[in-house]
Amino acid sequence: MPPGEAVRSSAIALVSTVVVFGVLAVAITSAPNWPEVQHSFFNPEIFDRSLPKVVGAFGANVALFVIAEILVLAFGLVLAILRGLPGPALFPLRLLATIYVDLFRAVPGLLVIYLLGFGIPGLGIEGVPSDVFVYGVLGLTLVYAAYVSEVYRAGIDSVHWSQEAAARSLGLNRYQTLRHVIVPQAIRRIIPPLLNDFIGLQKDTVLVSTLGVVEIFRQGQILKSATFNFTPFVAIALVFVVITIPLARLTDWLVARDRSRQVAR
Amino acid sequence: MTGGGTALRIEGLHKSFGDLEVLRGIDLDVAEHEVVCLIGSSGSGKSTLLRCINLLEPIDRGRIVVEGDEITARGVNVNRIRRRIGIVFQAYNLFPHMRVLDNVSLAPRKVLGLSRSDAEARAIELLERIGLADKARDYPDRLSGGQQQRVAIARALAMEPDLLLLDEITSALDPELVAEVLNLIRELAGKGMTMLIATHEMSFAREIANRVCFLDAGRILEIAPPAEMFSAPREPRTQQFLQRVIDAGRL
Repeated sequence: MPPGEAVRSSAIALVSTVVVFGVLAVAITSAPNWPEVQHSFFNPEIFDRSLPKVVGAFGANVALFVIAEILVLAFGLVLAILRGLPGPALFPLRLLATIYVDLFRAVPGLLVIYLLGFGIPGLGIEGVPSDVFVYGVLGLTLVYAAYVSEVYRAGIDSVHWSQEAAARSLGLNRYQTLRHVIVPQAIRRIIPPLLNDFIGLQKDTVLVSTLGVVEIFRQGQILKSATFNFTPFVAIALVFVVITIPLARLTDWLVARDRSRQVAR
Repeated sequence: MTGGGTALRIEGLHKSFGDLEVLRGIDLDVAEHEVVCLIGSSGSGKSTLLRCINLLEPIDRGRIVVEGDEITARGVNVNRIRRRIGIVFQAYNLFPHMRVLDNVSLAPRKVLGLSRSDAEARAIELLERIGLADKARDYPDRLSGGQQQRVAIARALAMEPDLLLLDEITSALDPELVAEVLNLIRELAGKGMTMLIATHEMSFAREIANRVCFLDAGRILEIAPPAEMFSAPREPRTQQFLQRVIDAGRL
C-alpha cells in the first residue's frame, strides 16, 4: 500500500470509530433513567473507595486459579492419554476416563464446588481438610480437567500418525514417543484453546464464594451491602478484564514466536 | 551377491488390510552387505512390506528373521528390534519441533542411553558426513527437501542399524534434489550397509542393487540381478511394467 493510501485508511478508521462510539455514548446517556443507573453502577467516589478492597481480595482468586490451573494441566493430560490407550486389556481405564469426562463436563461447576465443599467435610472423616479453599481448588480442578482433557485429546489426534511411526521406528517406546514427539507438538497447537479454558477458570473462581471464601466477588457483595451501590461489581469486572487481556496478547506473542522459529520464512 | 550371512529372511509373509490382501506370500532373503531394490507399481505392496519388516504393521502370517532372530515371534520386545532396523520414509517424517541436532540425537539418548554430549557428538559426526553440520541448529522446515531427507537418513544411521529400509525416499523431492540423496545412499552401499530399497528410480536401482525384486499384487513375481532384470525380464507383467517405465522416460 502506498503511504498516502495508508494515511487515508487510518483516517477513515479513526473517524468511523469516533462516530460509532459517539453515537453509542449519546444513546446510552440520554436514556430516561441514565442518572439513576450512573449513580448505582458508575459512582466514581464509591469506585475509588472499593477498588483497593476488591484488588486486595483478588489475591484469593489468583491463588485459586494458579493452583487449579497447574493441577488441571497435569490431570487433563493424564485423562487424555488414558483415553488414547490402545488394546483391549486397557479398556477399563479408557472407560473410566470417558465416564469421568462425560460426568464433569455435564454437571455445572457451581454444583460440583458446592457438593464437594459441603459434602466432604460433612462426612466427618478424620484428617479430611476443613479449609473450604481446598475444596474450591478441588472443584475447579475436577471440572476444568474434564474440559482441558478434550483439548489435549484433539491436539494429540492432530499430530500425524507418521510422526508416531518415525519415533517408534527409532525404537522409542510408547511413553517416550508421547513425551518427546507427540505431546510437545500437540501442546504447541492447542495453546489458544488452553488459554480459553484458563480464562474460563479464572472467571469461575468467583463460584468459590459460595463456600464462604472471601475472594473478589464475596468482597464485592460485602461492599455492596455497605454502600447500597453496585459500583464495586463494575470495579471487579474491570479487574478481570485487566488481567485477561495482557495474558491473551502474551499468548499470541508466544505462539507467533514459536511458529516463526520453526517455519521457514 | 555379496558374501556373509543372512541379514534378513522373510518366509510366507501375508498381510491384509480388512478384505484387501496387500502381501500374498512374500519369500525373500537378503544377505549381509547386500542391496536389494523393490520395484513395482504403486499399490504392489512395496511400502507395506517395509513397514512389516520394521513391525510398524502387524503381520497376519509368516516369519521375519533378522540376523538369526525371529522378530515376528510372540512376546519379542519390538522396541529392541526396531533399534536394529532403520527406516527412512518418503515424507522424511522429521520432528518439526526439534532442531536438526535433536532430531538425530533423540533416539541415541533415549533408546541407547547415551549421554547428551556423546549423542550430540555422534550426531555432529553424521551431519558432517552428509555435509549438513552447519544446519545442526536449524529447525527442519528451514531446510530443502533434499537436506531434510539426508537428515532423516542420518537420524536412522545414528542408531547404527544392521539393516536400513528406504521407502521411496526420493519420491517427494524436486528432481534437482534427488541426486544429493542418491549420492548418500550410494556411499552407504559402498560402505557395506545392508539395504532394502523401495524405489521408482530405475536407473538408480540398476546401478546400486545386487538384486532387484519386481512386486506385483502382493507377490514377488521376479527376482534377478539388475542387468538381467532390466535387459531381459522373464515375466510378461515385468516386461509390461518396465515398458511403461521406459515410455515415461524414467529408464
